[in-house]
Amino acid sequence: MSGIRIKAAMSGDSAVIKCLMTHPMETGFRKDAKTGQLIPAHFINHVMATVADKTVLDAQWGGGISSNPFLEFRVKGAKSGDKVVVSWEDNMGEKDSADATIA
Amino acid sequence: MNEQRRQILKGVGSAAMVAVAASAGLLKPGAVFAADWNKAAFDAKDVAGALNGLAAAGAADSDQIELDAPTIAENGSRVPVKVTSKIPGTEHIILLAEKNGTPLLADFTLMNGTDSFISTAVKLGATGNVRVVVKAGGKVYTLAKEVKVTLGGCGG
Amino acid sequence: MKKFILALASLGIVFGAVAANADPEADRMKIVNYLQHRNPDIKLDDYVYGALAFDADAKSQYDSIMDFPPFIGVIEQGQKMWNTPFKNGKTYADCLPNGGKMIAGNYPMYDEKLGKVVTFEDLINDCRVKNGEAAYSYSDMKTMGVLTSYARTLSDGMKMNIKVDGPGAQKAFDDGKTTFYKRTGQLNFSCASCHLDNATNHLRSEILSPVLGQAVHFPVFRGGETLVTLQNRFVGCFKQVRQIPDKEGSTRYNNLEYFLSYVSNGLPLKASVFRK
Repeated sequence: MSGIRIKAAMSGDSAVIKCLMTHPMETGFRKDAKTGQLIPAHFINHVMATVADKTVLDAQWGGGISSNPFLEFRVKGAKSGDKVVVSWEDNMGEKDSADATIA
Repeated sequence: MNEQRRQILKGVGSAAMVAVAASAGLLKPGAVFAADWNKAAFDAKDVAGALNGLAAAGAADSDQIELDAPTIAENGSRVPVKVTSKIPGTEHIILLAEKNGTPLLADFTLMNGTDSFISTAVKLGATGNVRVVVKAGGKVYTLAKEVKVTLGGCGG
Repeated sequence: MKKFILALASLGIVFGAVAANADPEADRMKIVNYLQHRNPDIKLDDYVYGALAFDADAKSQYDSIMDFPPFIGVIEQGQKMWNTPFKNGKTYADCLPNGGKMIAGNYPMYDEKLGKVVTFEDLINDCRVKNGEAAYSYSDMKTMGVLTSYARTLSDGMKMNIKVDGPGAQKAFDDGKTTFYKRTGQLNFSCASCHLDNATNHLRSEILSPVLGQAVHFPVFRGGETLVTLQNRFVGCFKQVRQIPDKEGSTRYNNLEYFLSYVSNGLPLKASVFRK
């Protein structure tokens, strides 16, 4: 199952697209409470979204975005039935992607 | 952003554009449109360094940016932030936390008519300004709001 | 932390000694009336938000985070645990009244046969043991915590509905009430010192949440991440006021939960919510 949840619905002229991504978003500056060792940086550093095959959002992130990140964006001119695809890559080369249909 | 890459992103879905991009070496195998992460900007230890890395220095204060962030954060590791830019032609919405060890939080590129709006949640290490920088039409604009972050208390 | 304790020590106390009183409803109304008198602009149903009902800036953050909670994945883990049959093929839904739906507001409940208060978590463990599985530790947020983060949501919207019928139940209720009102521990505080007498006052930057509405909204996810059950919060709170804590599931804590839940009768349950 994808670690990206998407809620997408029209609101007036724009599609309101809300995403919740599953990711620890470790900055690399935190220490493990037990071992005292730094927990390695592990965070989403690139997010992309398309609506009806057009790229609408391309973002670069750092570890300063909260864990299990929330992202909302709005797309004017999108229509009910359009397909939204949200994908991310992280600093360790892991990737994820999910799609939804705009309600 | 690299102008060539920007043109390609705008034209995504067109086979001809993809072919041009591939031959220009701008598409890496298995990582479509994965531009190199701006390490210099994200690792910068101050706002000026981060904005220089993003070619976003010299921002003018603007009242056309709306930043919805709390006055006192419930929890510094999860501070909800909403940004609306009313500046025409907004291309980038950049978020920074001035008092974080590495202030740059995110650089959002909006395209193909998407609303100039972003809502997310960020980590704030200490009381300080959350700063928004908007790039639009070759110019740079900014607005900041102070968010207080407390430690200890009932929650621990 | 030291300054926080000194700040706690500077608070006064309004309520006097516990009166011998065999009328739980009068006990509840005394609390409700005191709080409503002090906070005339707050609707009764808004007490479920605790300190958030008294701070719009904080409530707005709660609303943003609850729009798409970061801990959804944990609740789904709980759902998987709930749906996974025991080795013998039975499920929690087979044991619990009404398949586990819309029942959490009835607990804790006084069990005449057992002569003690039974919590929703006790119900879960009874089901496990009856079906040949090991009981979960009430202190283990990874098992009992995660499971109830889902199982309790099956009762979302149900009004708290605790009954105190008969002498045994009354005795357990009184024990919970005593724990709530009695000053003890190194700082000589009672729960009432903060959560009734000084409810909604600031303790440095914290707003003290009123006792009314506390029991309906657990478990919570602190910071949107750290799962805390109601009795796990008792442990934390006891430590913070320098009382020696029990382990979750003790008779004293079950009776305290019984009392606190009764105080919140009529308020709607909502499990698995954000808190700071």
